[in-house]
Amino acid sequence: MLKLEGVSKTYKVGAFARQDLAAVRDVSFELRPGEVVSLIGESGSGKSTIGRMILRLTSTTSGTITFGGKDIATLRRGALRDYYREAQGVFQDPFSTYNPVFKADRVLTMIRQSYFPDVGDADWRTRVREALAAVSLNPDLVLDKYPHQLSGGQLQRLLIARALLLDIKLLVADEVISMLDASTRIDVLNLLADLKERGLAVLFITHDLSLGNYLADQTVILRRGSIVERGATAEVFGDPTHPYTRTLLSSVPRLGERWTDTELEHGPCRYHQLHPDGTDPAGPALAAVGDDHFVACFALGEDRKCGQP
Amino acid sequence: MSEVDGSAPEPAAVPGVATVHGTGVRREALYFALRNRKLVGGLAVVVAFLLAAIVGPWFVTEDPLTYVGPPAAGPSGSYWLGTTTFGQDVWAQFLYGLRATFFVGSVAALIAGVIGMVVGFTAGYRGGLVDEVLNMITNVVLVLPVLAVLMIIAAYLEVRSIEVQAVIIGLFSWPWVARAVRAQTLSLRSREFVDLARLSGLPVRRIIFREIAPNMASYLFMVFILLFGGSVLFAATLDFIGLGPTDGISLGLMLNHAKQWSAMNLGLWWWFIPPGLGITVIVGSLYIMNVGLDEVFNPKLREM
Amino acid sequence: MLKVEDLRVYYRSLRGDVQALDGVSFSLADKEIMGLVGESGCGKSTLGKSLIRLDGRMRHVGGSAELDGETLPIADDARMNEFRFRKVSVIPQYAMSALNPTRRIGRMVRELVESRGIRFPTVRAELDRRLALVGLDQDVLERFPIELSGGMKQRMVMVISTLLNPSLLIADEVTSALDVSTQKAVATALAGFRDHDLVRSMIVITHDVSLVYQIADTIMVMYAGKLAEKAATDVIVSRPKHPYTQLLISALPEVGVRYDGKRLVGIPGSPPSLRPAPTGCRFRDRCPLAFDKCAEQPPFVEVEPGHSVACWKAS
Repeated sequence: MLKLEGVSKTYKVGAFARQDLAAVRDVSFELRPGEVVSLIGESGSGKSTIGRMILRLTSTTSGTITFGGKDIATLRRGALRDYYREAQGVFQDPFSTYNPVFKADRVLTMIRQSYFPDVGDADWRTRVREALAAVSLNPDLVLDKYPHQLSGGQLQRLLIARALLLDIKLLVADEVISMLDASTRIDVLNLLADLKERGLAVLFITHDLSLGNYLADQTVILRRGSIVERGATAEVFGDPTHPYTRTLLSSVPRLGERWTDTELEHGPCRYHQLHPDGTDPAGPALAAVGDDHFVACFALGEDRKCGQP
Repeated sequence: MSEVDGSAPEPAAVPGVATVHGTGVRREALYFALRNRKLVGGLAVVVAFLLAAIVGPWFVTEDPLTYVGPPAAGPSGSYWLGTTTFGQDVWAQFLYGLRATFFVGSVAALIAGVIGMVVGFTAGYRGGLVDEVLNMITNVVLVLPVLAVLMIIAAYLEVRSIEVQAVIIGLFSWPWVARAVRAQTLSLRSREFVDLARLSGLPVRRIIFREIAPNMASYLFMVFILLFGGSVLFAATLDFIGLGPTDGISLGLMLNHAKQWSAMNLGLWWWFIPPGLGITVIVGSLYIMNVGLDEVFNPKLREM
Repeated sequence: MLKVEDLRVYYRSLRGDVQALDGVSFSLADKEIMGLVGESGCGKSTLGKSLIRLDGRMRHVGGSAELDGETLPIADDARMNEFRFRKVSVIPQYAMSALNPTRRIGRMVRELVESRGIRFPTVRAELDRRLALVGLDQDVLERFPIELSGGMKQRMVMVISTLLNPSLLIADEVTSALDVSTQKAVATALAGFRDHDLVRSMIVITHDVSLVYQIADTIMVMYAGKLAEKAATDVIVSRPKHPYTQLLISALPEVGVRYDGKRLVGIPGSPPSLRPAPTGCRFRDRCPLAFDKCAEQPPFVEVEPGHSVACWKAS
């Protein structure tokens, strides 16, 4: 349904815009209906840029993003509005996603003005109630309130309800729970899982590996704008092959398991020896290491895992 | 450790302390506004002058330039502020002058505010080439030697009215508004609620005026006050050096006439002190109001 | 050795006081790293800050703090000055932006040290040793803050804060803005300070239980301005007694847990407003175990050696 092919984004930096900064390099992956893909990366990995490009909030430098076979870069006015009828986003900071000057339910009113001007008041109220019920929000507690009167979790769920008012097929969830408290974030995660059961495709962008794993069918690991490893979540988490993925996994703090010094167990990795700072623009290409598991690592051709002598 | 812990963040975690928006903001702003002595005092003075400018002229002669009394008489019961060398009523001139001053101030501020906002919003929101072109125009107007241009205009326009003066001042004082609005728009544009509005299929105009502008309301209000004060001062300057309107009367023109007919040398203090003091007090009160508003809108400046 | 007795700190606001910290008593042993966890607004940052300085809106309402047998004048900003940096040091949440961007780091450290009446050359050797300890090169002193990555800056601030071997170090969310891999390095360096006896004890404030599990000896859980539970790290994680701690721990997704295998649940509801705080147990409205007695505030008492809980059901 959503397909990224060789997508890159380059920013011009410096006084006379002579230097190029590649935020995203040659990224390709696919998202099918009813599938959750988690896009995992640290800050500066380009994960949010990819989400913004999919939502047409940022333009691509090269490559194509197609949705239902249509190149989204060509959409204009009416067509773009129709695209947003099917593809929506929820962002990291619930408080900054709401205009602080207005009431929170204005995000729902905007949808009505843009997409359903002909729907009657009673009909619209029913729709709002249904959407709020789907995200388990009590209408009396959230409607007619200002953003600061609601909690972060309520605000994020209200945004998901907003998307449900439309006939959405794709939801881009960019770090939607990183600002929420531990006791409420899991509910928002479960909600995303329910959306997937309804046949929605969800792109779950996160820096937190444990969260990505909870939800995703497919996992994409990004590093400095390039995909280093991707595949079925079970494969990527069960048999992490790229040294970067392994470092990430070993650095995640877990309950019941203390950190170990993984760097000392293995020798220096070939990938890091060749490219200590990863500045090689091309880098190694993605190669299949399993049925649904691709890795970009120099050590792969030599029939051994990175870090092994 | 003062240097390191000096910037410890606000305890935004405490509900209600750091995050007050919406009605809260409005109610809170009103609360502080009514308790701010600078704002209330400044406003009282400006409103008093404004009332005098609106109602005052009805109670004095119809034409403040007619010769009605004895020449160069000091203040008295019949001529409260005395008369000019030609026997014109200074009090009447002062009231009509106030009216002109408020007119020039508000019209010029309105023109400059609208141009500055349109240019600033467009440049800040659109970015790219549009921004660069608008920025260039802004900078050109900003560095134009206004006085020189006005002299040229004065040379071409035989008859200049107060209206023309207001328009000219308005056309020259918008650049800083454009720059300030542009900077604010740039920072608001990257906020996520603007993204959400785009995802809701809203047209650009709506996003700017319904999403971005309300967040700058307090700021735009202050811009208008500063523009008003600046225009009043600028008009007085122009009048005084003889580039003002050729008909009518204003506080600046009164000063100009007083100087022309050597009121200072002749000791006719009632001729030049009222207009000079009037301008000073109005502009001064506006700036004090502005400081007060700053304190109302910016919690960091509030006196606890 | 830190001993805090019945500490109360309120925030002033237009609509009445926010009772951000309400009767907090605990002690911290020598060589102890205590993780202080809780949700946003629970008062954990306020607790950390109140032990070093009260800002303009914070009001010290009652209670005392004693460090190594000496009473900390926490209500007196001027008298606290001689304790800051020497006895109590803090690494604030956004320490990275606290570095002056126009000064080379070395010069900044020198000015800071000399402002405390200490000659820079006398600490220079120790400074170099500690930079090495946290894995920083000596030439960071010649660089400007902008040239350092977030993790490097955070470690630099750690070195500066602990240069005079404070007895107590308070680290407020020092890793929350960092990437996973950097987070590990910074947290490990933090524990290293204690291991090398550079600080006597430490309070690590965070919202991330998994992170303090890695480095802390004990964990203290706060809820709505009150202490909920304090115990050894392993006890908190494996045998928590307070219902809030239990629900909090069970709501954490772990690597390997999936929604279709084991669906986790959050805690319904949200924390109460603290303006003013409700009477009785503050977790009552969200607690599955709540009963009549919870209308009365449960005391924070030791139920087992080294394990204190504020819950009627636990004791």
